[in-house]
Amino acid sequence: MGKRYRSVSGTVFDMFNYVFLAGFAVCAIIPFVYVISGSFATDVELTQRSFFLIPKTFSINAYTFIFSTDTIIRSIGVSMYVTTVGTIVNLFFTVTMAYPLARRSLMGRNTILNLVVFSMLFGGGMIPTYLVVRELGLLDSYWALILPGAISAFNLIIVKNFFQELPPGLEEAARIDGCTELGLLWRIVLPLSKPVLATFALFYAVGHWNNFFSALLYINDPAKWPLQVMLRQIVLLSQAAAGNMNEMDPNFVQPPEQSIKMAVIVVGTVPILLVYPFLQKHFAKGVMIGSIKG
Amino acid sequence: MRYLTTGSKTRIPNEQRQVFRTSAFGRLKRDKWMYLLLMPGILYFIIFKYVPMWGILLAFKNYQPFTGFWKSEWVGLEHFQVFFQNPDFYNLLRNTLVLSFYNLVFFFPTPIILALLLNEIRLALFKRTVQTLIYVPHFISMVIVASISYVFLTTEGGVINELLFQYTGQKINFLGSPEWFRPMIILQTIWKESGWGTIIFLAALSGVDVEQYEAATVDGARRWRQLWHITLPAVRSTIVILLILRMGDILENGFEQIYLMQNALNREVSEVFDTYVYIMGITQGAFSYSTAVGLFKAIVGVILVLSANYLAKRFGQSGIY
Repeated sequence: MGKRYRSVSGTVFDMFNYVFLAGFAVCAIIPFVYVISGSFATDVELTQRSFFLIPKTFSINAYTFIFSTDTIIRSIGVSMYVTTVGTIVNLFFTVTMAYPLARRSLMGRNTILNLVVFSMLFGGGMIPTYLVVRELGLLDSYWALILPGAISAFNLIIVKNFFQELPPGLEEAARIDGCTELGLLWRIVLPLSKPVLATFALFYAVGHWNNFFSALLYINDPAKWPLQVMLRQIVLLSQAAAGNMNEMDPNFVQPPEQSIKMAVIVVGTVPILLVYPFLQKHFAKGVMIGSIKG
Repeated sequence: MRYLTTGSKTRIPNEQRQVFRTSAFGRLKRDKWMYLLLMPGILYFIIFKYVPMWGILLAFKNYQPFTGFWKSEWVGLEHFQVFFQNPDFYNLLRNTLVLSFYNLVFFFPTPIILALLLNEIRLALFKRTVQTLIYVPHFISMVIVASISYVFLTTEGGVINELLFQYTGQKINFLGSPEWFRPMIILQTIWKESGWGTIIFLAALSGVDVEQYEAATVDGARRWRQLWHITLPAVRSTIVILLILRMGDILENGFEQIYLMQNALNREVSEVFDTYVYIMGITQGAFSYSTAVGLFKAIVGVILVLSANYLAKRFGQSGIY
């Protein structure tokens, strides 16, 4: 930033600035800290101390309780399955479409690109899309959570722009060495794009893990609900048994509703917090690649 | 700055142009593998983006599950007439617009302000730490955001209400009262997205030439003047582009968030076009009617984006097209 004019008002501003931003950052993560510590606190502590960031008592009753039936476990399984398969589908569809579109010489390229951009601007909406999914017989199938979002037009354009920026000399050289068109993509372009693909894999994966809307629309069978829908049932609607008292030790103290809810929230959040360091390493760069020129 | 760069307009040198003079068939043959690769993507866009656009015709038909799409009778603009004459319409319009307006006034500026403040921080470690922390909520699902809000705000043991009760002896029903609904939604949005929103502005700011600040300092410009004459102009085009994009969302409030925070007690202010389409269409089965509502929403969105874009260009800013 170079040297700036130093003044009293400048120093006051700096101090305010540091305090304000630190405060904002703390506000961003305090809810998580509270929910995590609350989920481990005992019933007594939760009712006696209204706010705490470090619990004095420790109990895993809430977790024992929610994992006593397979409701939560099953929905975690659904979410993991959809996230894994869905991300692979996303990457396959995005890369196979972005790569040809990165070729300036491809006939019809601009028409396809314009149609893609138009689909970002205007869409059929909730009901026509629902009817298409229904007509395809995908209701109550995990494919309904995967196929309708197979490509994000925005990500597609960013990946396409990235491919376009790769040095053309590399492809020429590979071609002269006798590399086939598909070999070029597989052996030259994809290895060079690992960081970008990792970024978008993580973005797509987070999207699948967090997806609530598609499941609400397309999955009616409670046995097939992913974790986000289960979360809503338990925390927001206070429905769906998250645990079973009958399966418990007779001495087991039933955890209060509040700590069960917190434990369920933690279960839904932890995977994101675990991948966050990897995400964070890439995303700022990944989002910017190709999206901004200037 | 270009936001969505699509077709490139670069001129192709003459010697390369020779290559492209081959016949259309020759080019198809040359690129056959490329077209094969395009197939899955194109199929995706046709089936899940363009067929639903075709499905919009339902808005002008009377869709009956047993007769199906093709044989349903045409009813013209009947669904639109019913919708506009419905007293619900004004309520929906008001709720939607008020929420969008609050978002524009209270949420839209926060990432800009945060980015400007972060840009003034010279302690790199502090800046990085703050950034790392404020991005986190963006990756959390809306269900978790709503769940955390419930756990904090409920009158039955929620932290905020417990603290309120200790100090004032009263509790406030944040979750089930019409007057708290809008502030709650806006605060959630600010908490979840304003940190993430700084990325794009910080990128624009990092492109500013340091020499400009040095020159300004030599000319005697203090921090506020530098902010006004160097820093703000640097993010102006980004602000304009994001404003244009936002215009298209004026009738969309984000279905998940509103739907999750909605309940019988706050419905008079929380029912918006997005939730109305879902309730009328999916839960009550009025497919044609809610397609008409959705179409109305989408068309207004496109008109707003295009006119905002036009205006931006009139006033010498680069638009998105």
